[in-house]
Amino acid sequence: MNIPENLLYLDSHEWVEKTGEKTARIGLTDFAQDQLGDLVFVNLPEEGDSVAVGESFADVESVKAVSDIYSPVTGTVAAINADLLDAPEAINQDPYGAWLIEVTDITEYGELMDAVAYQAFCEEQN
Amino acid sequence: MEKRTPLYERHVELGGRVVPFAGFLLPVQYKTGVIAEHMAVREHAGLFDVSHMGEAVLEGPDAEKNLNAILSNDFSGMPIGGARYTLMLNERGGVVDDLIVYRCGEERFFLVLNASNTEKDVNWLRGHLRGEATLEDISDRTAQIALQGPDAKAMITKFVPEEALPKKYYSFVEHVSVAGVDCMISRTGYTGEFGYELYMDPSGAAAVWDALYREGAVPCGLGARDTLRLEAAMPLYGHELDDETDPISAGLGFAVKLEKPNFIGKSALIARGEPVRVRVGLKVTRRGIIREHETVYAGETEVGKTTSGTHCPYLGAGYAMAYLDKASAAVGTQVEVSVRGRRIAAEVVPLPFYKRA
Repeated sequence: MNIPENLLYLDSHEWVEKTGEKTARIGLTDFAQDQLGDLVFVNLPEEGDSVAVGESFADVESVKAVSDIYSPVTGTVAAINADLLDAPEAINQDPYGAWLIEVTDITEYGELMDAVAYQAFCEEQN
Repeated sequence: MEKRTPLYERHVELGGRVVPFAGFLLPVQYKTGVIAEHMAVREHAGLFDVSHMGEAVLEGPDAEKNLNAILSNDFSGMPIGGARYTLMLNERGGVVDDLIVYRCGEERFFLVLNASNTEKDVNWLRGHLRGEATLEDISDRTAQIALQGPDAKAMITKFVPEEALPKKYYSFVEHVSVAGVDCMISRTGYTGEFGYELYMDPSGAAAVWDALYREGAVPCGLGARDTLRLEAAMPLYGHELDDETDPISAGLGFAVKLEKPNFIGKSALIARGEPVRVRVGLKVTRRGIIREHETVYAGETEVGKTTSGTHCPYLGAGYAMAYLDKASAAVGTQVEVSVRGRRIAAEVVPLPFYKRA
């Protein structure tokens, strides 16, 4: 299980990379992609949309099921990774490279774990 | 408490994600993942543990007569070594189960039932048997392995001479030795692909599994089994079929012989007349995936409900099966499906979605 030390994690298995004072990238963890299985569809928000802590901003679909993706931050969508719309499998292949959205004007962070805490959390879940 | 099939240890060793299904612990997928497993069946060969399926033997001088009275298909004159798909209907013309009947002898038939329906089916059959015929539930004494895919024949002929294999689709051969295990082998399957299903005593299942695995057959879980059957537009009980749905609406009229003197459900089917809603195939025309139990619209009018749907890996698009009002059921009809508050555009397309070349 790959859990990079430079990222922060939500208990619903999203990762956050702080890229500036009020900006961050958000994606799905290795644990999440492994649990979800082969992803075949991603539904992303649009640039300019608001996201809020604890609210769903996207969903991903495997052949078996659809799953909501929750926001670890409150802010505004600055960019989406549109490549994923045609290649959702990138999330399975490279979960920390295949970011979903970039958020700007962040006003709030949810309860985030560091890599050590998230590792322990995943082991508990297994 | 769920039962373990005789191949449970294999599933765990192979990294299978084991879940409870129809009273058994079975893998949804192995490490390979649903898509790779699905593609292995379409392009090479996949190996499935389907030991959860129910099996029963009907025996006696009146066995054939009983099948003709209880089931929708016609079994008169069916040759020994032949297999036939049939519905078992209730008095309302709804479906108790869909099953395959194998003729092993003049007075001996082997029935393969859906796992979740086995107990119901056995009770139903026993409750309707007349004359000299007995039904024995042998599910616990029967393991089943499916080998499906274009390479299936090349793999199995490493163990069985080609002339000993069943040749025609829906035929079978008893007492064939595979890796030293006495098997019944049929040319049947639930994937839309060329392949075989092998029945054996549970004690021999691991040896057969290991032999075919070593030949390169890719272990496949329930996930791929479902995407494969959906891509081939094969009905699944509890989705396309249930106690209320009749087989004519389901497009299974080929397995219903209304010209037979009588069988359970016949008069109800005749009384129902032409179906109001029929089973159709839907293809997502742009992006998105349609799932089961979604409402289908033509404009703002509700015209039906989906019964199964997913992304079909080989065809590379979202497909679903649905029951639609006849007026909206013609191939080419444009519809919309409401999925989690969004409308997904879809088109009625011919069934099956996938047919092997």
